[in-house]
Amino acid sequence: MILTGADIVVETLIEQGTETVFGYPGGQVINLYDALYTRSDRIRHVLTAHEQGAAHAADGYARASGKVGVVIATSGPGATNLVTGIATAYLDSIPLVAITGNVPNSLIGRDSFQEVDITGVTLPITKHNFLVKSVDKLADTIREAFRIAKSGRPGPVLVDIPKDVQIAKCDYEPAPIVEKKPLKKAKEDKLQAAAAMIAAAERPYIYFGGGAVSADVSAELVALANKIDAPIGCTMMGLSAVPVNDPRYLGMEGMHGHYASSVSQDEADLIIAVGARFSDRATGNVSKYARRAQIIHIDGDAAEISKNIGVELGIACDIKDCLTRLLGIVEEKTHPEWAARIAQLKAEEAAQFERVTATDRITPYALIHEVAAHTQPDTPIVTDVGQHQMWVAQFYPFQSPRTFISSGGLGTMGFGLGAAIGAAKATGKRTVLFTGDGSFGMNLNELATASTENAPVTVIIMNNKVLGMVRQWQTLFFQKHYSNTDLHDRKTDFVALANAFGIPGYRVTALEDLKAAVDKTFAEQGPVVLEVAIDPDEFVLPMLPPGGSIEEIITERGDQ
Amino acid sequence: MERYVIAILVDNQSGILTRVASMFNRRGFNIDTLTVAETEDHRYSRITISLTGDEAIARQIIKQLKKLYNVKEVKVMESQQSVNRELALIKVRNTPETRQDVMTAVEIFRCKIVDFSTNTLCIEITGETAKIEAFIKVVEPYDILEMCRTGVVAIERGCSFLNSETTL
Repeated sequence: MILTGADIVVETLIEQGTETVFGYPGGQVINLYDALYTRSDRIRHVLTAHEQGAAHAADGYARASGKVGVVIATSGPGATNLVTGIATAYLDSIPLVAITGNVPNSLIGRDSFQEVDITGVTLPITKHNFLVKSVDKLADTIREAFRIAKSGRPGPVLVDIPKDVQIAKCDYEPAPIVEKKPLKKAKEDKLQAAAAMIAAAERPYIYFGGGAVSADVSAELVALANKIDAPIGCTMMGLSAVPVNDPRYLGMEGMHGHYASSVSQDEADLIIAVGARFSDRATGNVSKYARRAQIIHIDGDAAEISKNIGVELGIACDIKDCLTRLLGIVEEKTHPEWAARIAQLKAEEAAQFERVTATDRITPYALIHEVAAHTQPDTPIVTDVGQHQMWVAQFYPFQSPRTFISSGGLGTMGFGLGAAIGAAKATGKRTVLFTGDGSFGMNLNELATASTENAPVTVIIMNNKVLGMVRQWQTLFFQKHYSNTDLHDRKTDFVALANAFGIPGYRVTALEDLKAAVDKTFAEQGPVVLEVAIDPDEFVLPMLPPGGSIEEIITERGDQ
Repeated sequence: MERYVIAILVDNQSGILTRVASMFNRRGFNIDTLTVAETEDHRYSRITISLTGDEAIARQIIKQLKKLYNVKEVKVMESQQSVNRELALIKVRNTPETRQDVMTAVEIFRCKIVDFSTNTLCIEITGETAKIEAFIKVVEPYDILEMCRTGVVAIERGCSFLNSETTL
């Protein structure tokens, strides 16, 4: 059938399985929005308050569902407002298709109104991007964008469409949903080598990251750990893939990782890394990282092998296939001494943990514990970036994959609210956003979106009236020079703010009122805000100083 | 630190060179020379990059190049198994006192004088980078006024081809 370019874009999105798109209209996408209008029974558009919020929402949608998120913005400022959202998705390998309008072909390169070279701008933060110059290429380009976004190591793809291409007409024939390009299967000799290294190991440690979430290998990881008697740790991006109550699971390692997880990783003689990229936040000082260990690195992206850390055995492959076959050939092992050492580390960690709980104030732990008592195992838990994020990463009892949604690689403050709306839309479930007063201040305009959509997003603001993470560094490494991290003078009334957006808001300051406040908050069906007073001097511990090694781990505040 | 010459077959479309160069920039890899032009198959261009680095960096560069959507093939041109050439145009001051010395050097290095004026001589030299650098050293005392170099191009010897679809 003969359709306009704008119609073809929307038909192709529908054809590729898109049910919800996030975006914001503008001059160069009016035609696209007209095509959405006439198809509103087949595709839902969520209007956000700002394009950045739309990008984070599409990202949250993708993280919660495993599907490709789609965001639409106009040219110029609309497109540049997507940039932080696209970079966030890129650093965390999230499949995203961003569609931007641009000025007509005839005006490109003339510094026309709202013209920007968005393919140039997003070149280093997309897997690939396209400028579609003619309408006959449009449908196939969008299909290719979906294929690239979800194949191999997923990531964002941007498609820039000049206005005249949206207006021009051409023939459109629906096509099936594009398949992922399959990853290579691991070679048998590499699997045998891995099995031999595992057989020889006395202190194996399994370490997984976000790649394990996208490869959907939770069961395989636990089965491998059981068969070879190894503990399991993860990066922040791996969180929620293995349930916290699994006896093998030690939790997150790295800068703010669990003590037992980080120390046992350091003491291990074999690290089996699965879908993790050895980021500086995970490794600390690379020259001292895992000195005693040989490393087997299994990853979907060949370029990650030996990028940050040299490894003894790298297997770039389809992770799920590799783990399944590896499970079939590894010998069953027990390591009683290693198991005893792990148990000892866990006991040491528990003792430290008692010191961070308190009875005179609402600690982050108490709050997270109380919230967890009100959620379901499959409730999406979204965070912003900062201390609250680390506390959630450390303390929340994650039960099922894709329930932890957080900006790991880019560390984007302001990610949370948009992402939570996206996750709520993707799952249809009540979604909890943990945020801080700093992060929330960055994109709180999206309360308007939550309100419009009546999205079931429960916003928990840990208000310590400081930029807590930077302040923690200032306390530890900058002689308490609290440069521009004190927010006491902002005087923001978050309850009144929520109300201004038509959203109920609650505030709790005392520990004895916490349960009642969380009860009230979770009794709300639509969006709701709960502001919780947190002590500004609360620390995220343990902490490996940046670039530090395990000997430098800080487990308690020295200054008090 | 070693010198690597990497040949890259890419789609012959606008903007591809930017994508390749941008990856080098973003990852902090330095390029010594870069050449690009269409190949025997007009669908593809060939980029030849030379760089100095250790083996880990070279490997990482190759893997990152292979991830780029428009990159079809990537291969290291090993110096033993490939022909490497560079071309340079060198404009040297022309004086009655120095002319004969320069022309002797031109003859010995088997270069060509491609332009001649009362005050300048323009020399074309082709060869491996080492030869060109040796020649530059020789003519430097005679005052090089201007110089441009193409950077390395390289092709494998015998029946190896960059495009894996090419057969005899």
